[in-house]
Amino acid sequence: MKKILIIGATSAIAQETSKVYATAKNELILWGRNSQMLEAIASDLRVRGAGKVSVISHDLNDLSSHQKLVNDIWTNHGSVDVVLVAHGVLGDPRKAEVDQAEMLHLLNSNFVSHASLLTYIAPKMVAQKNGTIAVISSVAGDRGKQSNYVYGSAKAGMTCFLDGMRNRLFGTGVHIVNLKLGPVDTPMTKDHKKSPLFGKAPQVGAGIARAIEDQKNTVYLPFFWRYIMWIICSIPENIFKRLRL
Amino acid sequence: MRDNQSWGQYPLATDQTLYPFSNRFSLLPKVSASLLPRGLGRSYGDSCLNDHGVLLSSTGLNRYIDFNQETGVLCCEAGVSFDEILQLAVPRGWFLPVTPGTKFITVGGAIANDIHGKNHHIAGNFGHHVSRFEILRSSGERLICSRNENSDLFYATIGGLGLTGFITWVEFNLTKIDSSWIDQEQIQFHSLSEFFEIAAESETGYEYTVAWVDCVSSEKDIRGIFIRGNFAKPQATENYKVHKLTSLKNIPVYFPEITLNKFSIRAFNELYFRKNITPRKKNLVHYEPFFYPLDAIHNWNRIYGKRGFLQYQFVVPYKNDSGAAVQKIIQLLNKSQMGSFLAVLKTFGNVPSEGMMSFPKEGVTLALDFANYGEDLYQVLEECDAIVRSAGGAVYPAKDARMSKESFSAFYPQRKSFEQFIDPQFSSSFWRRVR
Ligand SMILES: Cc1cc2nc3c(=O)[nH]c(=O)nc-3n(C[C@H](O)[C@H](O)[C@H](O)COP(=O)(O)OP(=O)(O)OC[C@H]3O[C@@H](n4cnc5c(N)ncnc54)[C@H](O)[C@@H]3O)c2cc1C
Repeated sequence: MKKILIIGATSAIAQETSKVYATAKNELILWGRNSQMLEAIASDLRVRGAGKVSVISHDLNDLSSHQKLVNDIWTNHGSVDVVLVAHGVLGDPRKAEVDQAEMLHLLNSNFVSHASLLTYIAPKMVAQKNGTIAVISSVAGDRGKQSNYVYGSAKAGMTCFLDGMRNRLFGTGVHIVNLKLGPVDTPMTKDHKKSPLFGKAPQVGAGIARAIEDQKNTVYLPFFWRYIMWIICSIPENIFKRLRL
Repeated sequence: MRDNQSWGQYPLATDQTLYPFSNRFSLLPKVSASLLPRGLGRSYGDSCLNDHGVLLSSTGLNRYIDFNQETGVLCCEAGVSFDEILQLAVPRGWFLPVTPGTKFITVGGAIANDIHGKNHHIAGNFGHHVSRFEILRSSGERLICSRNENSDLFYATIGGLGLTGFITWVEFNLTKIDSSWIDQEQIQFHSLSEFFEIAAESETGYEYTVAWVDCVSSEKDIRGIFIRGNFAKPQATENYKVHKLTSLKNIPVYFPEITLNKFSIRAFNELYFRKNITPRKKNLVHYEPFFYPLDAIHNWNRIYGKRGFLQYQFVVPYKNDSGAAVQKIIQLLNKSQMGSFLAVLKTFGNVPSEGMMSFPKEGVTLALDFANYGEDLYQVLEECDAIVRSAGGAVYPAKDARMSKESFSAFYPQRKSFEQFIDPQFSSSFWRRVR
């Protein structure tokens, strides 16, 4: 039985990954903002077979709380085997182009909050000499494009941060997984026109658990995004800048 | 892409907005358009469609709330699918109390159509096994309904076609099983009266009964295969193992319309009848192919081509006239050369339905599939409706795309008193058509 900490536990994808862990009878710690939803998810995971489920409801953008909450988790649970950081927002990309508050909101909710959490979580894991930290990032971070570059740059920052941290922690027993997701059909993307490229939350959720199990460095989910992004990244900038993507 | 249509792909709805409803504590969206709950869209006609309206999709409401391993009482959100429940329950020795011919439906959809299965003669409908649920109305009101609490709304919602409000969660009983295998027996029959004999003899002693019938053979009477079974006693191996289908086949495109014609339908039925070489065959089968033979092929509805297809399911009493109405309808369809690819015949037992608008009642029910032949077919089905009307039967709204207002009122005279329970903001394409 492993102890799994899910940060941003009410996200549709995180719920699917949590189900995989619950069915395998692991213990879960759910951290998110909406306490009512966290309790609903906790009940679901208990029915599915989770050994024990506890919840922490606190706004993840409240950076000043991170240190204490992370300390509390390790105090209460002794150790944590896997941390999945799953929160994030798509925001309003048009607004973020011109509105400083929206732009900062996107950067904070997709990068700053994650970096802050990892700053406190990594030393805990290093101290226990093992564990996996997995973070949900996005293919949008592979190349900036006009439709969502603020969100994309937060994710690009995330990738750089994770690569660096993985490199630093090599040899400590702590591993870092960067999960680059393509668009997934969830409430977060409800206003987006669906295409066959949209992933399904249960498959993507299960793919995350598998990537963690396999100790991957970087995975694309669904897998075909690796090839799509390879093509997109190989377009010369002189051409790329003219495209409407 | 044909998103958010019905399983029969006919009629096609236009201008629908999908609203994913994934937080059961939140309120319904504030919009001026009409609302209709939507599960997995396994209804055939237009009862799960809402032209120019909003579909409140429940598939994100897929959380369990509580499960009592000792009593088999399961409480879950309304968008949990039967497929998921089987994955949870079967390994723990429990099974769905009532299940339709597909596991890709939601608990909410099972209540709204008060679905029936192969065990109707023993277990009644799905509604009989439901103890409580919560209804969220457009006014923001939340009502817990049971046989004791808000009981009028409870009985109106069971079989209430999604019109009485949005079901957020449901509590119901599962059935204990000893294994995930079925002791099955298949018996050939060569006439309707023979079918009734076997059905009567199987009513006690067999939990699950159904018959596949060949309505297109050139013989005078119908012929078919009666299938009956019970969950098997524990086997030494494989106990409670959830069966994984080795290959889930997918129909990726719509078949051209000529695939299913008079000849291929007749050939298929001939082959199906002959697959049982002996008149009686006993074997042990896993519950999966026993209950859900069609689920092995994803999107099988596409074999009917882009014009879609229609199901026609009716129930008529048969005890006094030995099924004269069924006989008449089969003859009528045969004469008009409207071949049905798949026909399923079953007797409903005398467990009275509890839902105000529930379809099942004591009698015999026949379900038929038709490629969408157009006007000619609608004409013939109209004539079938007349036969069902005069026999005092009913047609199943979950599978209907065309019945007239007059037929609907005749089949469901209680519809007037049902109307008072409809949420003022709720409606469906079906309801606007038959009202
Ligand atoms: C292959 C196949 C075999 C079938 N066999 C049978 C059978 O043997 N017996 C039988 O009875 N039926 C059978 N059916 C029909 C099917 O069981 C019903 O149509 C069922 O209601 C579909 O459930 P759904 O979740 O797909 O709901 P949908 O089709 O999406 O919706 C059905 C109705 O439920 C309402 N609804 C859905 N969710 C909610 C909610 N949360 N609150 C309130 N209302 C809600 C909708 O408004 C609509 O009126 C079969 C269908 C198929 C495709």
